[in-house]
Amino acid sequence: MIDARGLLCPMPVVMVQKEVKKSAPATIEVLVDDPCAVDNIERFAYNNGYKAEVTAQGSEWKLTLSK
Amino acid sequence: MKKSNWLVIIAGVAVGLAALLLQKLGNPGNMGFCIACFERDIAGAVGLHGAAKVQYVRPEIIGIVLGAFIMAVAGKEFRAKAGSSPALRFVLGAFVMIGALVFLGCPLRMVLRLGGGDINAVVGLIGFTAGIVIGILFLRQGFNLGRAYEVGKAEGAVLPIVMAGLLILFLAVPALFHFSEEGPGSKHAPVLIALVLALIVGALAQKARLCMVGGIRDTIMLKDAHLLWGFVAIFATVLVGNLMLNGFHLGVAGQPIAHSSQLWNALGMVLVGWGSVLLGGCPLRQLVLAASGNGDSAVTVFGMIAGAAFAHNFGLAGNPDSTNEAGELVVGGISAYGKGAVIIGFAVLLAISAYCTFVKQKKAEVKA
Repeated sequence: MIDARGLLCPMPVVMVQKEVKKSAPATIEVLVDDPCAVDNIERFAYNNGYKAEVTAQGSEWKLTLSK
Repeated sequence: MKKSNWLVIIAGVAVGLAALLLQKLGNPGNMGFCIACFERDIAGAVGLHGAAKVQYVRPEIIGIVLGAFIMAVAGKEFRAKAGSSPALRFVLGAFVMIGALVFLGCPLRMVLRLGGGDINAVVGLIGFTAGIVIGILFLRQGFNLGRAYEVGKAEGAVLPIVMAGLLILFLAVPALFHFSEEGPGSKHAPVLIALVLALIVGALAQKARLCMVGGIRDTIMLKDAHLLWGFVAIFATVLVGNLMLNGFHLGVAGQPIAHSSQLWNALGMVLVGWGSVLLGGCPLRQLVLAASGNGDSAVTVFGMIAGAAFAHNFGLAGNPDSTNEAGELVVGGISAYGKGAVIIGFAVLLAISAYCTFVKQKKAEVKA
């Protein structure tokens, strides 16, 4: 699970990109609390062949990216 | 085209149209909006610097902040957060401002200058892109200013409250402020129109996450051109508008509020691009983030205002090309102090980049 809470864009999506480059996992879970990060990671997922599922958890979001 | 791309294009077109209208109604040439110049004018209006030609309470800055604040609250995106290296952000903000004032414009004005035919802005764009690439190199190595944490709502609302207060004082007690009688500060569109247009621009910029740095950064780093559409939309709108309104003047020397000292045009914008990547967004985006509750971005904006005061108190800002009494062109440029400030800016950005990339990372590894 990538914990990108409290990080401003583009840090959350950079963390996801690093994970994809490192091991191209089939599933990636990311925790964010910035609405802009949700948009960016969803777009990154779409551009890189992942499906993104977004679950709101109070003031945070959990994104599950899967191939 | 994806729906989200249309939103950023609409926001870009709206910014371009508002800029054209503001220029037509009195703002200086190619300066419908300029976040750096307008924060500098506000710094002058409240007496933080004494450059008589650049003092005015720009309603555009107030409107952008309040428009973005209203949109953030309405869209339930207002989140009060702070604590991500605020002091470093203050310093970065100050040097981004100094770089912008050496070039004579923030990234948004650079796009407006491009759309007006100012070739000096092409050099600025090259420098800006180079600065973004340097920032990306550090981001890829793990650069991080640290996490922000949830804070009280009042902390997140500081910049909107300051701007609302400034607006009230400007309208109710204008005698409090310094106003330019000549020069760029004396040229402005009517207050109410500027305020309303900026409210719309601020709201759209918040909704579309408009960012002049983000467009180039994401295209290079993530192969994601989403935000670049906003940049292109502003440029295309202003270019077409200027061509229709006879405002397009292709050239180098004598462009409105610009100088043709190309090395320093480029280096000033390297500083802006690099610093803005480290800050997570361009000066416009910092205003919008601060309006959406980010206390660290509010500190960045205050850093930029302080940087503007330094730039004019110590003669660091660029001098635009002008004409003398005989009608001859007097080429502008920057002073030796300005050149020194840019070089110091590079040293400071390098130190901050290296510290937040390598030293902090090592400390975190030792802790783990």
